[in-house]
Amino acid sequence: MATQSSRSAARIMMAPAVFLLLVWMLVPLCMTLWFSLRDYRPLRGGDLGFVGLENFARFVSSSSFWPAVFTTVLIVGGVLLVSIVFGVLLAMLLDQPMWGQGVVRILVIAPFFVMPTVSALVWKNMFMDPTNGVFAHIWRAFGADPVVWLTDVPILSLILIISWQWLPFATLILLTAFQSLDSEQLEAAEMDGANPLARFFFIALPHLSRAITIVILIQTIFLLAVFAEIFVTTGGAFGTRTLTYLIYQRVLESQNVGLGSAGGVYAIILANIVALFLMRIVGKNLDR
Amino acid sequence: MARAVTTQRKALNTAIAWTVGFLIFFPILWTILTSFKTEAEAIANPPVILFFDWTLENYGVVQERSNYMRFLWNSIIIAGGSTLLGILIAVPAAWSMAFVPSRRTKDILLWMLSTKMLPAVGVLYPIYLLCIQLGVLDNRIALVVILMLINLPIIVWMLYTYFKEIPGEILEAARMDGAGLKEELLYVLTPMAIPGIASTILLNFILAWNEAFWTLNLTSVDAAPLTAFIASYSSPEGLFFAKLSAASTMAIAPILILGWFSQKQLVRGLTFGAVK
Repeated sequence: MATQSSRSAARIMMAPAVFLLLVWMLVPLCMTLWFSLRDYRPLRGGDLGFVGLENFARFVSSSSFWPAVFTTVLIVGGVLLVSIVFGVLLAMLLDQPMWGQGVVRILVIAPFFVMPTVSALVWKNMFMDPTNGVFAHIWRAFGADPVVWLTDVPILSLILIISWQWLPFATLILLTAFQSLDSEQLEAAEMDGANPLARFFFIALPHLSRAITIVILIQTIFLLAVFAEIFVTTGGAFGTRTLTYLIYQRVLESQNVGLGSAGGVYAIILANIVALFLMRIVGKNLDR
Repeated sequence: MARAVTTQRKALNTAIAWTVGFLIFFPILWTILTSFKTEAEAIANPPVILFFDWTLENYGVVQERSNYMRFLWNSIIIAGGSTLLGILIAVPAAWSMAFVPSRRTKDILLWMLSTKMLPAVGVLYPIYLLCIQLGVLDNRIALVVILMLINLPIIVWMLYTYFKEIPGEILEAARMDGAGLKEELLYVLTPMAIPGIASTILLNFILAWNEAFWTLNLTSVDAAPLTAFIASYSSPEGLFFAKLSAASTMAIAPILILGWFSQKQLVRGLTFGAVK
């Protein structure tokens, strides 16, 4: 039983963490909101006053807005598709009895620990380089012309790089979910004559649905914020400018802080919609 | 009862799994191998895989030309500092939420998590401006604090799930045996909490080490960690594959080794206890 004194002690112990996060959340958020309502360009005249919601209107009506939305959707959707489909397959594979399971697991998970700038650069130069990259060697070995990956199929290339980083995460979580699947249930279904495909779609997949939802939500939040991979590969060129990158360019490169902040507010709202769903699942789990 | 698996089936699984695992790991393996080649061998066609003259020359060049040690040191300070600071602040908070839960505990936990969902780019300019005004742009301490705040929700959350697993009956038993608060903390709770704290430190060190938004945008020279060091290879030095590989290997090797110890914690830490 918690006593009155232990309750107040608990409150004091919690205070620093709560206070710091509150400040960390509120101060920049209020500043972003404030800037988003002003025409603020530090390099061209500074703060030119209050402009109401003009920045919000200009951000969405600029010619680079819809392409950026489109790129964002393609990259987030592409990476989600690749990591979920291959994640399920890989998790199923790793769940089978085999020799050296631990080692294979380590090999599969390793990309997650590679820092984004390293994986982006290694892929860009050592694999996708049209002259000396590994892919160019393979293409030439088959007598084909090497693909200039990051110029010709930039979004596909980015999906490949980012999927490589996130596939381990999806696999690991789905594998954890797989391992809690009751094997007797599968055996019973098998005895009743369910074929492997039916067993997968009617038993394994429903069991995984929660884990898949969580992977989708968590990855979406991180994928919407992808930055370093674009920064070191294309720098936003060749149609790879995502919303995050567009906002970054508005704020730091062209120093149009008002406009960029309005974009930032949009990004915050978007992330919060995704977060809301995630919180609901996490919250439900806390009650159990 | 588990089904008996034929040796044939097991051999097939093993072959497929090892092939897939090898393919996924290949970019890392290739980077490590290339770092020991000369520049000419690194771009040779057809590629040389194992039979080249292994050399450490690239590592020397990378260190000499860009002072790798300074970036490494910055990474250690930033990742280590932010993790330890976060632990210091999070342990009491997670502790009280796990052992003295109130009606609001759940809301506080979820709210903390929600701060983690705030997109960094949305608050990029305010943080950038505050750093300039406070004179801490390109400053290690500033990054320690910022990365600590970014990871604090995960740290609190992970610690909470670990502390929650310590059975309350043990405390009651200790009290029955006449343990005071001090003995309770020192001899009963701390030993049980240490593995959880260690795992939390490990995972958050990795996350902070690999963080590549704030470290790229808020540093230039003095405080730049390895993420920024590698980004500086984006052009044109990146076309010297052997040197790029040596630099990359040095940036990821410590974390790969730590990462292998933290596979299990990864799931717990990044799904907030929603997948077990």
